[in-house]
Amino acid sequence: MATIRVFSLILSVLSIITLLWTQSGECNNGRRLGDAVDTDFSGFSVPLEHSFEIDDVPRFRLRGALQFRGGRENGVYLAQNQLSEKDRNTMKDVAAVDGLYRIRVPRVSLQVDRQTEKQSEGYITAFVRACSLVESHLSDVITLHTDVSGNVIGISIVTIPGSCRGIEVEDEVDLEVFNTTISVVAPVTAPVPETAPYIERMDQEMEKKGKNPQEQKSFFAKYWYLILGGAVFLMATSSAQAPPGGAREQS
Amino acid sequence: MAWLVVRLAISLSLLYTASAVFEDQVGKFDWREQFIGKVRFALFDTHSQASKKLLVATDKNVFASLNSRTGDLFWRHVDKTGPEGHIDALLMYGQDAVVVVGNGRLLRSWETTVGGLKWEAVLDTGSFQAAALIGVQDFVKYVAVLKKSAISLHDLSSGSQIWVENLPDSDTVQYQTIYSGGNGLVFVLGFVPSSHIVIVEYKIEDGEIMKKKSVEAAWMSSLENSCAVISSGNLLCVDQTTQSLYTLPLQSAEHTEMRQIHLQTLDLEVASGFQPVLTSTQPNPAQPPLAEFFLQLSPDHHILLQLKDDLIAPLRDFNPSYLAAFATSGEKTVAAVMTSKNDTACSINLFSADTGRRHLDTTIIYHMDPNGGKPNRLYVHAFLKKDDSVGYRVMVQTEDLTLTFLQQPGRVVWMREEALADVVTMEMVDLPLTGTQAELEGEFGKKADGLLPMVLKRLSSQFILLQAWMAHLWKLFYDARKPRSSVKNEVTIDTLSRDEFNLQKMMVMVTASGKLFGIDSKSGTVLWKQYLEDIKPDSIFKLIVQRTTAHFPHPPQCTLLIKDKDTGLGSLYVFNPIFGKKSHISVPALPRPVLQTLLLPVIDQDYAKVLLLIDDQYKVTAFPSTKNVLQQLQDTASSVFFYLVDSSQGKLSGFRLRMDLSTELIWEVVIPTEVQKIVAVKGKRANEHVHSQGRVMGDRSVLYKYLNPNLLAVITESTDIHQERSFVGIFLIDGVTGRIVHEAVQRKARGPVHFVHSENWLVYVYWNSKFRRNEFSVLELFEGAELYNSTVFSSLDRPHPPQVLQQSYIFPAPISTLEATLTEKGITSRHLLVGLPSGSILSLPKMFLDPRRPELISEQSREENLIPYAPEMPIRTEWFINYNQTVSRVRGIYTAPSGLESTCLVVVYGLDIYQTRVFPSKQFDVLKDDYDYVLISSVLFGLFFATMISKRLAEVKLLNRAWR
Repeated sequence: MATIRVFSLILSVLSIITLLWTQSGECNNGRRLGDAVDTDFSGFSVPLEHSFEIDDVPRFRLRGALQFRGGRENGVYLAQNQLSEKDRNTMKDVAAVDGLYRIRVPRVSLQVDRQTEKQSEGYITAFVRACSLVESHLSDVITLHTDVSGNVIGISIVTIPGSCRGIEVEDEVDLEVFNTTISVVAPVTAPVPETAPYIERMDQEMEKKGKNPQEQKSFFAKYWYLILGGAVFLMATSSAQAPPGGAREQS
Repeated sequence: MAWLVVRLAISLSLLYTASAVFEDQVGKFDWREQFIGKVRFALFDTHSQASKKLLVATDKNVFASLNSRTGDLFWRHVDKTGPEGHIDALLMYGQDAVVVVGNGRLLRSWETTVGGLKWEAVLDTGSFQAAALIGVQDFVKYVAVLKKSAISLHDLSSGSQIWVENLPDSDTVQYQTIYSGGNGLVFVLGFVPSSHIVIVEYKIEDGEIMKKKSVEAAWMSSLENSCAVISSGNLLCVDQTTQSLYTLPLQSAEHTEMRQIHLQTLDLEVASGFQPVLTSTQPNPAQPPLAEFFLQLSPDHHILLQLKDDLIAPLRDFNPSYLAAFATSGEKTVAAVMTSKNDTACSINLFSADTGRRHLDTTIIYHMDPNGGKPNRLYVHAFLKKDDSVGYRVMVQTEDLTLTFLQQPGRVVWMREEALADVVTMEMVDLPLTGTQAELEGEFGKKADGLLPMVLKRLSSQFILLQAWMAHLWKLFYDARKPRSSVKNEVTIDTLSRDEFNLQKMMVMVTASGKLFGIDSKSGTVLWKQYLEDIKPDSIFKLIVQRTTAHFPHPPQCTLLIKDKDTGLGSLYVFNPIFGKKSHISVPALPRPVLQTLLLPVIDQDYAKVLLLIDDQYKVTAFPSTKNVLQQLQDTASSVFFYLVDSSQGKLSGFRLRMDLSTELIWEVVIPTEVQKIVAVKGKRANEHVHSQGRVMGDRSVLYKYLNPNLLAVITESTDIHQERSFVGIFLIDGVTGRIVHEAVQRKARGPVHFVHSENWLVYVYWNSKFRRNEFSVLELFEGAELYNSTVFSSLDRPHPPQVLQQSYIFPAPISTLEATLTEKGITSRHLLVGLPSGSILSLPKMFLDPRRPELISEQSREENLIPYAPEMPIRTEWFINYNQTVSRVRGIYTAPSGLESTCLVVVYGLDIYQTRVFPSKQFDVLKDDYDYVLISSVLFGLFFATMISKRLAEVKLLNRAWR
């Protein structure tokens, strides 16, 4: 309960919050997630924690709150605070020793009705190199993956660009605000063998054939005059050329 | 017109991929070995003297007939796996063999000469206890089957049931044995533990209970092992706790308790903790058994005893003796006893059963394999010689499942390695270079010692090479004159050397019984074998090649990780894969269960790759762990990642190595087990090469492949098995970052899922529970038209998710296993090798499994050579690479590249082993076998001479013209 209160406090205090949501899954043609979710728009939020330590022992602190919205559009918002002066320095130090920047979220179900049912313990974690986060000026892409029944099974974080070239980031402002793209991805339904369009196509072919009797004629039946002409031409040319060759040989 | 083009395209593509074996190529580069498994019953056909048949039934549910002269199979019947096909009993009379299958479910009679089924009878339910042949008046007519609560009698010639009777009090009494002495009665023996024995007497004609009695036997714990019926219906039991023998005449009415004979009175004692075993013999089922029997008192002590006039008298004491067995030929019954001779050999002697006297000149010396196991079964085949004396041959089965057939005085007639019926894992290792090649190689390694010596050395080695070549030519010439069949290159361990194209390799096979084999891939000859003792059944094996043959003079090195299934504790066995010798390298002790192994590309100063073993506390043990290795590990620690899978909790976790060889958790993915469970996780093969980075499209642009070497394919199956709601989950997870690259669900699908993960694609097979058919699905990953970083792939720096294309097809056959071909450089197109339950191996071109197959053909797709989409996968008979050499119960397919880019070596294992080569893109780098050398050389020579002559003529003509 205490954490919820903290979120609301943060929400009210923050002047800049990055609110971005994308629809879950790009090519998610057979998505069942939305169907199962109750049309209850209450939504709920989950803490997103991060850790970057110089000794590489994870100590997770709150980074922001993931706001899930129930309903047909399974949107997710991320409300997060700025990095403090101290955090910025730590981040730079961690980046300098090629440390890791880790994030984690608790294992939750995105189905609202399942929320109260049971809270599965444990977290799912992911990481990115701290240097790439620094060099990308805190532009990261966080993706939450769910399974068929809406449980969050994995989280991934990448920065764009993702490389570490050793570029010094001078401007402190660049490390203040996360520029985050967040999305929820549900599994794609794999295609099954497409028999219906194939049969349809075959039928069309057959129909076409039936309509056009010209098509049914064999190759020779259609082009006999060309073949015959070609053959005659070949014979004529070869017989015309033969005598001189033979004559030369004899001489 | 479009339809014509479609058909043309299909037939063209087929023309490309058709790769059947020609008739004259059969057996040229392929071989098959057939196995039967661990023998449980073996019977020699004693029906006629000249018979060579040996009938065996094995734990692999195989019933077969072996040629006892050669060890080859006459015929073999492979039944269902598991308890359904389990062979409970094997009985033989004359030409007929009666088999009880599937815990008393079926009774079958086989004709032994050709292996045809004579009849089959379905029995009533009930767990099987015993079966026996029943004779009446010197003629065996019936077979009786005892179930837990019923006994049935069947006619031996037709299988029809004569009668079936329920057993009295079957809920309290455990009936275990049937006995009949040929006097018109069948005795069923049962007992109540620690209480009494029950004897029920049935009349053969109608199954009427003639008599039923119970006899006190408070000491009784099992009837089957400690009791036997001997000499005209005397039940004889032995008990270890009371150190006594008990006898009871079955037919007499007055005896109400068993007569006790203390073993002490016979000066005998059962070894403590040993369950004594009684062995009797009944040569003819229509006659009572013999009065002589063996009593085993300790693992190496047998005694031959005789029951005469209610007295038991010892005939001969065999101490020490490992194994003893009776055999009968005609009227004579003999006993063969195996005793130890010295450390490496045993001697087998023949004794007359009725007197215990030793037959002269009947010793067979059995030499034990120092790398094998101890003998544990003895089967004797006795026969009458011309002078009416008894001759015999023996078959010895050892712990490592070797069958050895011996005849006097110790000649091994044949040998079968039945451990190979259960191959668990295998690797192929290149053969070493020949002495001369090694000489040349060695020259480069040495330090230069002056110009002249170097030149001389080079000349001398070149001379040696020339010599070797001349010898080779001479041999070729010499062999060419001999008929083909007589030329047979004997492969021995000393003549092993790599051939020009590296087509011949050493197959290192690990079997479930813990025996390792080194097999020459060209001929299938077993070159070395090594039995590892103290391997628990169901252990998990992992074979790792740490050093290949490429690092002369260091020998190649393989490491076998043996993991106990229950405790998870592992041990390492390091050996040389070419000679099978155990290496003397010190092996790290593994006190904790091993969770994961990881072979790093880091090599030590001896060129052995470093193996990391991760225990359940996530501590890492390196092997080898020299200073050099530890230093290298410290330097590269931050780039060593590994993953662990805990399928019971559905957890996948990633770890990174730290400098001090401890690890840190860096990512975690949890797939809730309530919804789906992880059934398989597979990465890509480390020795796989991808030649082309992308695919050229019809419009000349390039579609780049997503070639992530760290990608893991995780397959899950839903816990809900209802056909509408069940699904198969496919996750592609980066093993370094834990990023889920792709996540798909195949709905209305069920396992078992077979899959191949290679290059940028994943092919899996599942069962469509809605349409009840097998379906193939292919996933291909592409980066798109531009590469993010074309020089190097790093999982840490690949922010854009790949494009995923997927397509599914119907496969009109069930599938046992799936594997992909592998070639040296990856230029050759890939084929999928599909093992079918029928025993055929299908080589399916990957071209047919391409998610870019278009629905409608266009100019561009034709340019790309894409086959138009058809929902059903064709199966063509010419795609079967093993023509009629079917492989029973295919369990795995192993593919290895050869030195030729076009050629891939394939080993299929299961109950049988089949080795062949496949050429997915045909033999583009080799001349055909039937290449016409004569024609091409005569044409060349002809042209050469023609130019010479015409040149001369032209000159003459020119000269003549000049004179004119």
